[in-house]
Amino acid sequence: MSFRLQAQELTCERDDRCLFRDLDIEVGSGDLVRIEGPNGSGKTTLLKILSGQLDDYRGSLSWCGQDLRSVRGTFLANLLYLGHTSGVNAGLTALENLAWYQALSGDIGDTAGRMAALASVGLAGFEDVLVAQLSAGQQRRVALARLELTPRPLWILDEPFTAIDKEGVAALEHRLVSHVSQGGSVLMTTHHEMPSLGQVRSIRLGEMRWQ
Amino acid sequence: MWRIIHQLGSPKGFYTLSARLQPWVWAAAALLMLIGGLWGLLYAPADYQQGDSFRIIYVHVPAAFLAQSIFVGLAVAAVVFLVWKIKVADMAASVMAPFGAGMTFVALFSGAVWGVPTWGTWWVWDARLTSMLILLFLYIGIIALRGAYAHRDSGSRAASVLAIVGVINIPIIKYSVEWWNTLHQPATFSITERPAMPAEMWLPLLLMVVGFYCFCIALTLMRTRNEILRRESSKRWVRDLVRGQ
Amino acid sequence: MSHVGPLTLREPRGGLGVAVVATLRRDMTLKLRRRSEVMNPLVFFALVITLFPLGVAPESKLLSTIAPGLLWVAALLATLLSLDSLFRVDFDDGSLEQMMLSHQPLAMLVLPKVAAHWLLTGLPLALMAPLLGVLLSLPAGSYGVLSLSLALGSASLSLVGAIGAALTVGVSRGGVLLSLLVLPLYIPVLIFGTGAIQAAIAGSGVAPHLAMLGAMLAAALMLAPWAIAASLRISLNG
Repeated sequence: MSFRLQAQELTCERDDRCLFRDLDIEVGSGDLVRIEGPNGSGKTTLLKILSGQLDDYRGSLSWCGQDLRSVRGTFLANLLYLGHTSGVNAGLTALENLAWYQALSGDIGDTAGRMAALASVGLAGFEDVLVAQLSAGQQRRVALARLELTPRPLWILDEPFTAIDKEGVAALEHRLVSHVSQGGSVLMTTHHEMPSLGQVRSIRLGEMRWQ
Repeated sequence: MWRIIHQLGSPKGFYTLSARLQPWVWAAAALLMLIGGLWGLLYAPADYQQGDSFRIIYVHVPAAFLAQSIFVGLAVAAVVFLVWKIKVADMAASVMAPFGAGMTFVALFSGAVWGVPTWGTWWVWDARLTSMLILLFLYIGIIALRGAYAHRDSGSRAASVLAIVGVINIPIIKYSVEWWNTLHQPATFSITERPAMPAEMWLPLLLMVVGFYCFCIALTLMRTRNEILRRESSKRWVRDLVRGQ
Repeated sequence: MSHVGPLTLREPRGGLGVAVVATLRRDMTLKLRRRSEVMNPLVFFALVITLFPLGVAPESKLLSTIAPGLLWVAALLATLLSLDSLFRVDFDDGSLEQMMLSHQPLAMLVLPKVAAHWLLTGLPLALMAPLLGVLLSLPAGSYGVLSLSLALGSASLSLVGAIGAALTVGVSRGGVLLSLLVLPLYIPVLIFGTGAIQAAIAGSGVAPHLAMLGAMLAAALMLAPWAIAASLRISLNG
């Protein structure tokens, strides 16, 4: 399996403010890329553009050599995006939330798979509890359970370490490394230091150059 | 032809091209409205039924025409902006909307004033007046939506979508209001449908309508130029322009 | 991680039906878990209708003349009241973002949400309207048309209103703005809805009015989903 998300001379201006200019990014199989930069430097905007949500850019964006706009469906089928907001509805149980995620991509899935995914993020026993009754960290874990649920090669994660405890951080770091070693790739923003992750490529925004 | 359209699409090109165009349109507007206004108000014959009060037609009808045309203009600009991402179209739309709302209000107000001598009351639920009132609400909605967004670019897009939704709905609204009107008020005296108006009456009206259109175009050009300078104030060519003067 | 299959590049498989059914079920579950959200528009409807005899006069003759209009206007406002929350929660918690990132067309995914809104707002209002018609001495023989016109019309109201809800979901305190945007667009539905009931009372043909309501619903079904999807994309990036 090999794939590549490539951005060339990516420039984004919003309300006449230039967020970044002429950015070249390449994310392929086995890459772990971290986007750094101070608050307001456009990290989230960049992730939204790279995940095909925001069309507000100049430059070219391609998936496996083809223009992203023309292969949007294929690209999205291989992408797992976890944003600022977790995408978890508080009025549903953890299981119901996961079932809906699976259904969005056309899978019916099975309860056993969802239970296992929840167990792997430490939520065994909380499957049928309304998410509203879970703590903030646990709610975040429900969102992270999606990483286990559907095998997607490209992960784009916006601040994935927010609100989870030490053990959770360690488990997630471990998960990221294993995903990359399996040939997947991770593109993320975080303020969290990750010494244990080994080879991480960094892109700095705000100064507009490669580090 | 394509070269001109292409040039109009870029803010700088629009700015330079409109500078050449603007004086002519202003002159045409002034001339037409002056001739049409004087002719209509002083020399056109009085109406055999309504006397001199019919002369309000020379403001009412052009304003009503513009009110509707500008809304269509908004929708066209919205499509151009959303499909081809031409920002000048959105800048023009942003200055046209308040003007269109103003024209709608003028049409409503002149209609109400006209209503006093013809119907003996300021307001009658006449189909045209009712449609105008709804049009005014649509304009206000678009202006309010544009202003409600924190990001200007998003506000522009939202207002564009609403303008398109609105323009699809206008014929439906107009048709249903007319239908409703015939159902509830048979045989009211319609104020704009005049049987066989003599040429001395409709010629000045025609001049006024064309004059109003020219005025609208001139004003839109002028205000779009201002908007370009405002939005592009960080661009090099604008700074050069300011420094040059 | 043993349960996770090997990483492979996937082609977007269909599954639109699965996604649509799951979204409909999800929204219905959510609404039914929060009964008050379903009940509030109904109570509002009843309250507004109660206010009119108190505000105008309790004469059955007068009330029966204005009843079609009153019932329709009150139902329309009740629908409007519930629209603000249509996308609000999904917008705040990021579910909308996930919907947009699905390879399914967003326009098709919003349809079940609107359908859920109609099933739990418009349809109950239509079923409840005859009861309130009794309070307003609505002439006999028009009750069926009242329900039918409301059921048909409120579906259009949900669809058109969802455009407004999508446009204002990213705006703080967008509720009033929403009514400003949506109410003018509701006028044709109101005219033909009340027209149907008045025709039923007068004994003239009801079919043309209902046909118009049906035509408007068909047009809204075709066009509104795209406008809703486009508006949601704008709101999500605001």
